[in-house]
Amino acid sequence: MTPATRMGLSIGVATGLYGLSFGALGVAAGLSIAQTCALSLLMFTGGSQFALVGVISGGGTWPSAITAASLLGVRNAVYGVQLNELLRPRGSGRLLMAHLTIDESTATAVSQDEPADQRRGFWVAGLAVFVFWNLATFIGALAGESLGDPKAWGLDGAAVAAFLGLLWPRLRGRSAFEVAALCAGATLVATPFVPPGIPIILAGAIAVLVSWLRHRRDVATARVTA
Amino acid sequence: MSTWIGIGIACLVAYVTKLLGYLVPETVLDSPPIRTGSAAATVGLLTALVVANTFASGQQLVLDARILALLAAAVALTLRMPFIGVVVVGALAAALARMAGMA
Repeated sequence: MTPATRMGLSIGVATGLYGLSFGALGVAAGLSIAQTCALSLLMFTGGSQFALVGVISGGGTWPSAITAASLLGVRNAVYGVQLNELLRPRGSGRLLMAHLTIDESTATAVSQDEPADQRRGFWVAGLAVFVFWNLATFIGALAGESLGDPKAWGLDGAAVAAFLGLLWPRLRGRSAFEVAALCAGATLVATPFVPPGIPIILAGAIAVLVSWLRHRRDVATARVTA
Repeated sequence: MSTWIGIGIACLVAYVTKLLGYLVPETVLDSPPIRTGSAAATVGLLTALVVANTFASGQQLVLDARILALLAAAVALTLRMPFIGVVVVGALAAALARMAGMA
């Protein structure tokens, strides 16, 4: 197994198990088992699914539940641009890639150096999360709340560790550290003021802006020196 | 709105959102801002995912067992543990912290 494959599989198992919690919450919110499973199969973006079920279980209307879920999903469009730039997919394969475009598959792909590993990382992580997330949703919906809280097993800690593990090798050089520090600060500052999911887009935008300004400064310096 | 219609609309919006990025033409992908920004965007997005998954609970910032998962994972990475080991260490740290009574 290549490192990209191992990363994709481990992140798939760790994240997929969280589906147990989603399945139980979906049924607790008043959805049927089929409706809960349909969300995992067809929406397949965890944050949005939790938001939708959270609004419904809190007595919210469907329009507000759809809005909350859709806002949380906006970052997937940004991921799509990045994966499109990186992997240059063509034809109808893009339709399936789009469905598997989530935090985990994007993070695994972009953290690889070689194009073949980036592609492998995307597909292994995307498919592994898809399989485990849907299986776990079904089991969680059947079992209801008798399974207990997956937080007690530290599954949210596994997600934190996985994302840090993907970021770690990227933190080479001063400019990467600066971008990381700036984006960490921006995420913390933005979190209380905007809906969940939006701080991640803001951080991405800030990173692109900083690198573009740097690029222009470097070009200008080169011109002056020349 | 019936539940199934609500689910259908929400899933359709989610899918179209995901598809949008793949419809951006190559000429735009090859433009200088996108090309120079791509590596930085990777660092920015991964950093934001780490920070959001560690400190955010909805729109609130909280300090709970996840901070120990972050620290334990950083130690594991410094010791050059393989990726799966880092993930397990993170889960263990959070689980142990919760067993000890942390939120």
